[in-house]
Amino acid sequence: MANLSSWNPHVETFVDSSRPSNQQDASLDVITALVKNDTLMIEELVREMEMYLTTSDNVLRARGILLLAELLTRLISKPLDNATIHSLIGFFTSRLADWQALRGALIGCLALVRRKSNVGMVLGSDARMLAKSYLQNLQVQSLAQHDRKLCFELLACLLDHYPDAMVTLGDDLVYGTCEAIDEEKDPRCLTLTFHLVEVLARLFPDPSGPIASYAGDLFDILGRYFPIYFTHPKNDELDIKRDDLSMALMHAFSSTPFFEPFAIPLLLEKLSSSLLLAKLDSLKYLSNCVLHFGADRMAKHAEVIWSSLKDAIFTSSQDPLSSLASELLEDVRSQENEVAKEALICLQRLMFQLDNSSGNMFISLIIENEDLETIFRSVISDKSYKDISAENKQKLHAIGSILSVSAKVSSACCNRVLQKNFPRLMDVLGISSRPSMDCSSNGNDVLPKRLNIGALYLCVELLTACRDLAVSSEEVSLQSPSRKDTWFVLLQNFSAPLAGAFGSILATTKSLDAEQADVYCAVKGLQLLAMFPGSFMPLSKTIYENVLMIFVSIVTGRFEEKFLWKLTLKALKKIGTSIGKFHESEKGTSYVNIVIENIVSLLSRDYCDVFLTLKLEAICDIGTAGLHFMLKVVRGLEEAISANFVEASVEGNLKSTEILVLLLESYSSRVLPWFEKHGDFEGVAMRFALKIFDQLDNSLTFNIGNNGQVLLDATMKAMRLAVGGCMQENQGLIVQRAYNILSLRTFSSLKESKLLSSVKLEGSELTHELISLSCRDEWLISLFAAVLTALRPQTPLPEVRVIVKFFMIFVLVKGHVPAAQALGSIINKWNIKANTTEVSSSCSFEEALDAILEMGPRNVLDNGPLRKCDGVYASMDIPCNLCAIVGSNSLVQTHAIVGLAWIGKGLVMRGHEKVKEITKLLLKCLLLSRKTDTVSLQKDTLEDNDGQDTHPLFARSAADAFHVLLSDSEVCLNKKFHATIRPLYKQHFFSSMMPIMLSLIKESDSAFTRAMLYRAFGHIISETPLSVLVTAAKKIIPSLLNGIAMLSLDVVNKDLTYSLLLVLSGILMDENGKEAILENANTIIAHLIGLVSYPHMMLVRETAIQCLVAMSGLPHVTIYPMRPQVLQALSKALDDPKRPVRQEAARCRQAWASTASRSLHF
Amino acid sequence: MTLGLVNANPCVQAKKERIARTEDPPHSVSDEDAVDPLDIYDFVRDIRDPEHPYSLEQLSVLSEESITVDEKLRRILITFTPTIQHCSMATVIGLCLRVKLMRCFPPHFKVDIYVSPGSHANEESVNKQLNDKERVAAALENPNLRQLVDECLYSNEL
Repeated sequence: MANLSSWNPHVETFVDSSRPSNQQDASLDVITALVKNDTLMIEELVREMEMYLTTSDNVLRARGILLLAELLTRLISKPLDNATIHSLIGFFTSRLADWQALRGALIGCLALVRRKSNVGMVLGSDARMLAKSYLQNLQVQSLAQHDRKLCFELLACLLDHYPDAMVTLGDDLVYGTCEAIDEEKDPRCLTLTFHLVEVLARLFPDPSGPIASYAGDLFDILGRYFPIYFTHPKNDELDIKRDDLSMALMHAFSSTPFFEPFAIPLLLEKLSSSLLLAKLDSLKYLSNCVLHFGADRMAKHAEVIWSSLKDAIFTSSQDPLSSLASELLEDVRSQENEVAKEALICLQRLMFQLDNSSGNMFISLIIENEDLETIFRSVISDKSYKDISAENKQKLHAIGSILSVSAKVSSACCNRVLQKNFPRLMDVLGISSRPSMDCSSNGNDVLPKRLNIGALYLCVELLTACRDLAVSSEEVSLQSPSRKDTWFVLLQNFSAPLAGAFGSILATTKSLDAEQADVYCAVKGLQLLAMFPGSFMPLSKTIYENVLMIFVSIVTGRFEEKFLWKLTLKALKKIGTSIGKFHESEKGTSYVNIVIENIVSLLSRDYCDVFLTLKLEAICDIGTAGLHFMLKVVRGLEEAISANFVEASVEGNLKSTEILVLLLESYSSRVLPWFEKHGDFEGVAMRFALKIFDQLDNSLTFNIGNNGQVLLDATMKAMRLAVGGCMQENQGLIVQRAYNILSLRTFSSLKESKLLSSVKLEGSELTHELISLSCRDEWLISLFAAVLTALRPQTPLPEVRVIVKFFMIFVLVKGHVPAAQALGSIINKWNIKANTTEVSSSCSFEEALDAILEMGPRNVLDNGPLRKCDGVYASMDIPCNLCAIVGSNSLVQTHAIVGLAWIGKGLVMRGHEKVKEITKLLLKCLLLSRKTDTVSLQKDTLEDNDGQDTHPLFARSAADAFHVLLSDSEVCLNKKFHATIRPLYKQHFFSSMMPIMLSLIKESDSAFTRAMLYRAFGHIISETPLSVLVTAAKKIIPSLLNGIAMLSLDVVNKDLTYSLLLVLSGILMDENGKEAILENANTIIAHLIGLVSYPHMMLVRETAIQCLVAMSGLPHVTIYPMRPQVLQALSKALDDPKRPVRQEAARCRQAWASTASRSLHF
Repeated sequence: MTLGLVNANPCVQAKKERIARTEDPPHSVSDEDAVDPLDIYDFVRDIRDPEHPYSLEQLSVLSEESITVDEKLRRILITFTPTIQHCSMATVIGLCLRVKLMRCFPPHFKVDIYVSPGSHANEESVNKQLNDKERVAAALENPNLRQLVDECLYSNEL
């Protein structure tokens, strides 16, 4: 037990209202903590606080009660026994009468009522007493906003948690609630009051209960808020949106059927208003009310609602073509009309509700409506789409959607709609029913030259409705329509000739700009006919196949008619998807036989290159219709790939190479991602990867023309994606296979030349050997490297030692980037723990790393122009002569740096400390030039010009290595290819490198070295997250500016200049960077002025000017001295050749001119 | 200034939507975007009318067609149409145009500003006044006039 003195001061602090609020909070925290760990019992606290709780000083009493209440709020999850709760709730209930100290009482009640049963909750009888006291004592509307909110929360909580106790209060409760919520205006409270009404209404469903009798009054209070008009600015602290309020009100509206006599007239009245918002809201509310009020009550309003809905739909419909277009092409046209949409939803709900009960009264309303009849006649009077007036187009769309919505409702409705309209439409179209004949579209039927577009459109709409009905009957067996229904019989009778008609439209529209509306309707119509689910298929098998044939012939032949082609492709895809959805094997076979076979055969036919991309698009699109289809497609693609591969590699056929590149691209961009989403990826990817290696293995002659590199890149990309998605077992298999081939073919040939043994050899010969690796070997190595970059960390590698060594040599000699990336990946993913216990065939991480570092660094450093070939390379069995030989090739240094960069990237991403050695090395390379500049000049002037020439290149590549080190790569070492990525590694690297870089820059004496250092510095900065840079802004800004100035001298560096400028502008825009900017304001402005006339890149000029605009916002005193220079520079920029620069310049000039007066004179 | 509005009830047109320029490829062959009428129009369309809270564009005082540019001779010609024949604000509008162009274009452009033929009662004198650089300079010395011009150019009331 805590003694009194330990907590009493805290109580006093809290109760004393003159103390600052943070002290009060702190003391409350202390007391809470004491009670929570049971050092202080609540009873004891209450007893000691008696004076504060009962004193006649209002302020003191209020604080005392508040303390207890706040304490209870914080103890909501602490178990308390029933007796305590009983006495506490009794206390707070009685305090509700104490208006001077109400806040505390409300909070206390709320805290107690909110308790869950597992920690001890208030009893029902106590809750009832509380509610009684609430209704007696509280004048809610006379309280302030926050207290009102608490009151509503308390009441809602009581209703939610103690419905049984509340019901007994009956009339008093309803009356009291009405009184409390009347005239409420605050949005925060309103959401609560709407909720209150909703709960209350649910509490008394009895038709003779209090809600039934008070419904009029209650709705009178609610109805005033409709439609919600809420114009608060979006970003205020209330965090309440109009939609939330409207939603809450809607639920309140529809909470009880007793509101029906009041709500429906109000909603209908508002529906006829001209305010768009009111219209939309009324429709939404109406839909919701229809659901909740029940059919009986709605039936009497049916007629009125129907006529209002009809008006809404007709006045707000849009052009039917655009709706069709957006549906078919998935065009994002945002003009979709909300009102019409909501009205249709409402209509549909109403019809669903009324359909079951009142004897199809509603459908008769629609069918027998005279207005509709007149409109129907008028819209089918015009022949071609062009002739229809805009007004009629709207009507056409409206009537189409009304008919289709009403037909969708049930079989009975569908019967009536189709009975009335379908034969007439067929009549207009000139189609007679031929149920028995299997008519095909082979041109037998002579159709009128031009079909009536209005009728065609309505026909398609009705078909949509029928199909939806059929599909819904497949899904829910409730009340299912049967094949004997009139609508189906009608459909069956007409479907064959209808399909023929649609087909002939497609066949006859030859010209490119044929009536698009016709084409839409025809394609959509055929698609719908083909998409009926199994038991409701109106078409016979032959006609179904005929439809598919029509589509296929378009997709495989009519590439020029883009519009038709795209529509058809979509339609075919949808048909395929629907087959998969309904598991229809028979249709599936037809689909495979006709569509898939034909489409896939596109690949094996003679290649018409112009359309190859289109063909590939078609193939991939159709494949996405289902796994089964995609597998077939993949087979076809694979065959095409391997056939072309042989062509390209053996024959050296250039055309095949081009085709192959396209094939591989769609394979990796469409097919593989699809499988990744829909399963079965492993099998496909494995097969692909192994196949490629097999082919490399088998082909004896291998010569690929000049396009080889492009092809190799595409193949590597596909390979990486395929391998990256596999699980580790399969990856292991692929690696093993690839390694076997490699070791059999390439390594052996290298071993023959004794590269890997330590026999001394003439340098030139060996280098020659390595460089003249056969084309196939290079492919093998590149693809193997691609496989390695994509592996998961757990996948075991065979013979790591050999692989690492081999790749290292390859990197050094050829500067082979994929090999370097593979090395980086290996290092990055190396599982340090697992490997330590393994047998000696593989080597440990440290060992491998040391080997690499040993090899790389020595090469880099020792092969500098001053290298003497006398290194001892004993640690790993690298022949010392190799390095010597290799070193004689001047390019090797740059190669080594590329390798180092990627390995360093692997290290830095996993956060390994060895990366320090690599960066040290890179920096050494950078600085090397400083020492050698002078020496080599003296020494090598006569004989060895090579060394000097390569030097700038060497230093530059060392600087660029930092770019590789930090930038995110698409190709490897990213999330997709399972890299180990330590969080915040860039920040880490930045903070460890920055001091070194800055001091090096300061120390450097030659201009060239400094330029290179700035380059490296620039790379680091531009890849580091901005937030880190902002915190270090003070230190880096001077160097950043010098760097920009230095880099902007050379065209080559324009991209880097730009990214550094972006960094600067990022710091400028950041609130936290302001201070650093202010310190260097004048230098920054001077540098920016220089960049305003940067000749090589428009973006640099533009950004520099934008930065100047931002600078103009700095304090006047700081920038004023620079004003004349800035204005002068800008007046030149006004004459910039590029428009965006000129516009920015005008804006900037204005900003700077107005820093003094609004004058441009200086 | 005159008491009461010169044209109390002008006809207001809807603002035209800004036409985003068709993005020319980043490395287009010609590295120069020539100054064209739309460029100039973009600068001047939002100038506020001296007596109404509408832009010149909204009042149809200006349109893109009323601007011509000769890139070679470095000349800009603007014709504007005052809302009514006796508009005493025509000179102020012209002055605003001139000041705006002075600030947004390099000084080597010669700017001619005319009221469109037949649209103003004192067409000739207005034209003369607007293109006389002495009188323009003198007008800009007048602090009241200058304030009015600045308000038109940089007002946010639109």
